Amino acid sequence: MSPRRFTTLKATLFVLCLGPLASLVYGLLADTLGANPIEALTRGLGDWTLRLLLITLAVTPLRRLSGLNWLLRLRRMLGLFTFFYAALHLTSYVWLDQFFDWAAIWKDIVKRPFITVGFTAFLLLIPLAATSSNAMIKRLGGRLWQALHRTVYAIAVFAVLHYWWMVKKDITQPAIYAAVLALLLGLRLYWALQRRGGAVATPG
Amino acid sequence: MLIKRPPDILPSEITPPEVYRGRREFMRTAAGLALAGSLGVQAGSAAAAVKLATRPGPYGTGEELTPWKDVTGYNNFYEFGTDKADPARHAGSLRTRPWTLQVDGLVKRPGSYDIDALLKLAPLEDRIYRMRCVEGWSMVIPWVGYPLNELIRRVEPLGSAKYVEFTTLNDRTQMPGVRFPVLDWPYTEGLRLDEAQHPLTLLSVGLYGEALPNQNGAPVRIVVPWKYGFKSAKSIVRIRFVEKQPVSSWMSAAPREYGFYSNVNPEVDHPRWSQAKERRIGEFLKRKTLMFNGYGEQVARMYSNLDLRRYF
Repeated sequence: MSPRRFTTLKATLFVLCLGPLASLVYGLLADTLGANPIEALTRGLGDWTLRLLLITLAVTPLRRLSGLNWLLRLRRMLGLFTFFYAALHLTSYVWLDQFFDWAAIWKDIVKRPFITVGFTAFLLLIPLAATSSNAMIKRLGGRLWQALHRTVYAIAVFAVLHYWWMVKKDITQPAIYAAVLALLLGLRLYWALQRRGGAVATPG
Repeated sequence: MLIKRPPDILPSEITPPEVYRGRREFMRTAAGLALAGSLGVQAGSAAAAVKLATRPGPYGTGEELTPWKDVTGYNNFYEFGTDKADPARHAGSLRTRPWTLQVDGLVKRPGSYDIDALLKLAPLEDRIYRMRCVEGWSMVIPWVGYPLNELIRRVEPLGSAKYVEFTTLNDRTQMPGVRFPVLDWPYTEGLRLDEAQHPLTLLSVGLYGEALPNQNGAPVRIVVPWKYGFKSAKSIVRIRFVEKQPVSSWMSAAPREYGFYSNVNPEVDHPRWSQAKERRIGEFLKRKTLMFNGYGEQVARMYSNLDLRRYF
């Protein structure tokens, strides 16, 4: 792909990633988010955090399956958008939902498992966002950087659990996210085992 | 525990304006409806627009009513889907005529009540109640109905009847949600007999002066304002008087999370979230949840010997 076309593609993706936020903010202002707009906004931001996280995790398998290496160059932006939406999701909870009732928020974090895992996932995202620049990769060294960024697998599991444990009864939606995550992590595991097993593991 | 609350009836709300206007409207349309009736128009098809003749009831809240659009657009009624917009979208397929309510079990006079007979069993009252959902949101809803006890005393419970069990319609041709095993269908709920007989407990057939919209549990439902919303069974087809405490659908779905009593209680959290506060639909800041949803003065005495933490 030519550098110019790639730049256009990346810019388009950037705008697309802002779409969900724009639509939620519009819904809030136009009062189309239903009877409980604060809940709809917080959940919408959470949904998009999870979706962007899974899209980010899909980059590596897609690249491997399709051979389109330029996909990798979109991954950092997708990861940073995941962090951006996670931060907005948390802000919406702290500000609109709890209105800075720090005592209640702290109680939620230590007492409610779904909030404990969600908050943990957010804390674990911070070092990843902070070390996303080229300079930080250089400073840490490729091996350490990669080891650090593998925590994203745990973060994704926490994020799905956060959703799963929040749902009252109908777990269809979180189960879909869990299945997609299982596929994305399963492919990695499969490839890793194949690499290790080499020729021995594959009978004629 | 001291709960400050307004007196039962505030002068300003003896007849809410919507209902007042609704009644005038009823007077005007009554003649038209009678004509429609004589022309053989099915009552069911007109049910959604039927204004009900009501009189003011006790227990006002003095609080602003939740808009009709939210009361009828934001519902938990899993028989029509688990999203809160689903019931309004899908409940159109519910047929509310003919409708029979079976009343049986440990009673002297069991029977089947046709919905139109049920509507005339006792005078309909406007009852403005707070509604607190177990999920942490609340509304103020002007229901129409009469005390469930009006029906109970007519069927004469036997001395052995200790509990009352309510059953919701379970028909997959009318209710798309029951095709999925989200809960044990049919939806069942239960009350202790004294709770069911309490003057606050309502057999409701309407809201905002009109017949119940389908998504709110048409044509007949229970309203128990001091308990979490799910205790108030919708679209009921059976009331059974029993000796043993019934197991409700939510109790069997998650016994650790939903108890038989499920009284609104800010001090006993749901295992997964706090019950200390609630968001009143339409308000920005959360408000403190009141013990027994603010009806402590009327109902606390029924639980004076009960450990509310254990019997949540």
